[in-house]
Amino acid sequence: MSNTTETKETPYKPTSPNSKLDFASIWEYAPAPESNDHVEIAERYELFIDGKFVKPSKGRYFKSTNPATKEEITEFAEATQADVDKAVKSARKAFNGEWSTLAPKTRGKYLYRIARMLQERAREFAVLESMDGGKPIRESRDVDVPLAAAHFFYYAGWADKLDYAFPGKKPEPIGVCGQIIPWNFPLLMLAWKIAPALACGNTVVLKPAETTSLTALKFAELVKDAGVPAGVVNIVTGAGQTGAEIVNHKDIDKVAFTGSTGVGKLIQKSLAGTDKKFTLELGGKGALIVFEDAPIDQAVEGIINAIFFNQGHVCCAGSRLLVQEGVVDLVVQKLKDRMETLIVGDPLDKNTDIGAINSGQQFDTINSFLEIGVEEGADVYQSKCSIPENGYFIRPTLLTNVAQSNRVVQEEIFGPVLTVQTFRTADEAIDKANNTPYGLAGGVWTDKGSKIFKVGAGLRSGVVWANTYNKFDPTSPFGGYKESGVGREGGLHGLAAYVNLKK
Amino acid sequence: MEHLEVLKTYKIYVGGNFPRTESGRYYKVYDSEKELLANACLCSRKDVRNAVKTARGAFGGWKSRSAYNRGQILYRIAEMMESRRAEFESQLSKIGFTATEASADVNASIDRLIYYAGWTDKYQQVFGSVNPVASAHFNFSILDPTGVVGIFAPENSPLLGLVSVVAPVIAGGNTCVVLASEMYPLPSIIFAEVLNSSDVPGGVVNILTGKKEELAEHFSSHVDVNAMMYSDKLSAEMKKLIDENASTSVKRVIKKPVEDWYHEKAQDPYFIIDVQETKTTWHPVGF
Repeated sequence: MSNTTETKETPYKPTSPNSKLDFASIWEYAPAPESNDHVEIAERYELFIDGKFVKPSKGRYFKSTNPATKEEITEFAEATQADVDKAVKSARKAFNGEWSTLAPKTRGKYLYRIARMLQERAREFAVLESMDGGKPIRESRDVDVPLAAAHFFYYAGWADKLDYAFPGKKPEPIGVCGQIIPWNFPLLMLAWKIAPALACGNTVVLKPAETTSLTALKFAELVKDAGVPAGVVNIVTGAGQTGAEIVNHKDIDKVAFTGSTGVGKLIQKSLAGTDKKFTLELGGKGALIVFEDAPIDQAVEGIINAIFFNQGHVCCAGSRLLVQEGVVDLVVQKLKDRMETLIVGDPLDKNTDIGAINSGQQFDTINSFLEIGVEEGADVYQSKCSIPENGYFIRPTLLTNVAQSNRVVQEEIFGPVLTVQTFRTADEAIDKANNTPYGLAGGVWTDKGSKIFKVGAGLRSGVVWANTYNKFDPTSPFGGYKESGVGREGGLHGLAAYVNLKK
Repeated sequence: MEHLEVLKTYKIYVGGNFPRTESGRYYKVYDSEKELLANACLCSRKDVRNAVKTARGAFGGWKSRSAYNRGQILYRIAEMMESRRAEFESQLSKIGFTATEASADVNASIDRLIYYAGWTDKYQQVFGSVNPVASAHFNFSILDPTGVVGIFAPENSPLLGLVSVVAPVIAGGNTCVVLASEMYPLPSIIFAEVLNSSDVPGGVVNILTGKKEELAEHFSSHVDVNAMMYSDKLSAEMKKLIDENASTSVKRVIKKPVEDWYHEKAQDPYFIIDVQETKTTWHPVGF
């Protein structure tokens, strides 16, 4: 009884619909850091070529820092032309040799082994991912690593069933695949690239992003442990120049890239006139369309997840909120209240909602977009949470009073920054949602099923999340329309990126 | 009674109308005896832009048509072609087809239209999917047309080749701007007349005549063209030019090398899905 009385005296009840979610004055979170005692980080990592860890030909290394502390954690080898050439040759040798003579089911069983070993070492990979890239441990533990393992598990099963995937055609492997992945989901993007490529009988040369190469090199250890034949998986570290060496190498048959639209266009251009195949997974500017009849609290949770998941470093992030006029004040108020509850801080703390911005460079990019927003006339709202003094952190941010033509509405910010616009009719919402060069993902919130299908059909984007957002699964194809890319990853459709179809 | 033949003016086909090229330019088209057949429009950059604008305008309506309706319309094109076969055969004969060959070409063209008419309401079932995700969501993938497709029709198969590339593109709900065979453009304009009387909404298929050498640049650099498709072997320079320009807007470039349009490999549903985007929709499952 006395408890009930006390609750009544509390000015705000966190769960009541029209109050602030004032958790902080009711209780405080004690630190709950995930231990990193059990993970080993070497002082230096070499290149992984032909099943061996080898020194880079020019002997150059670059440092990798923890963005939450700005402390150097290790260094990686810089692969130059000679190293990339060696990696491609080793992949070619494996493709022409042992790998192509294996029974498809054996190929699949190697992938199953990898999936299992990833699960066994899940905690280690999660901690490393958070230390190297800054993402909250809750996400690396519950999303990145389990999904990476699931991806290998899913594609393992395809290896001996490819004849059923393309009606009327006979799929054949393409050959040596050059794969370049970004820093926002390092291990997961590696899985998205390597699992289907190997399942289809290809061999790969993969370059992780220069700020997040750690889990890729740990993965190389795992490939070795799993007994995958030498040369099937090669991992070369480095920056953009290393990537360019892969793209332009004459003996690469296929390029798979995930990253910015700008770099994607450069890659497409440098492949002009060649017969190399390519798939591109590029940027986005996802719209979140919230109708008046939406379950508003659910929608607010969805918006929070859409834009603040992984610090907003998500190509399919829902970074443009479109709210129907009648509920804009309510939605924005609830959104601000919910933003106040978000904990920004130590990526290794299990309470952390938003970790560190991946790098100093990205930190600057996001801040410069905030300045652009102000210049364009936007009102900036940031939550009042405390943030660590060291490291790269940005508070969750709303930009209101923006126009469709503003750069902050048109361009990908790739950070925890959400723009807010309104609409009156469904058609206006669809028009605004489609009015960027991108077409990766979009969200719709409404209680009316028929409206979901109508709006979903109108959205020119590869993924539509209805009454949810930022959900991923190995069985679910992912990829963009327009300038968000070419091709799909995941699911049956993701196989097409790694086969040549013969009749 | 003496009758002086009334010669037909062959114009281009844009937005359901038959305008002349805005440039006022023409080029001469000859028959197999090197006799003048007609003055064809020598289309310009502006014609490409007008056609793309029209194709974009028609896209929303065409992609929203039911699959059944698109199938009926493709079937209707075949019906109209059957009724105009004499004109097609006569035109093909003038450019070197024997009577048997001309008849076979028209037959195959009609059959190809019917082949793709039948696919309109089936390719989703064969190539779409329901995806068994591990979370409590219903998740499915459908194919959605890529948008406005620029097509270089085959140079040496002015009717069957043309039909074979246009039919799958529109069967899937795209709209297109087609550059007809440069040397033999006239069958494409007769085909446009068939389209015009076949319930195909204006702007869904737009047909231009002119020089690839001049227009490749304008087709491939237009940012509102979502995909380029060709089946001929182009020069290395032109191939590179198209690819490079395509990269400025991440345009899809679809190369479908086909030498023999009568071959069974010259038709399959992959011609449709090459200009489709996979769209995946998620929704929570729960009370």
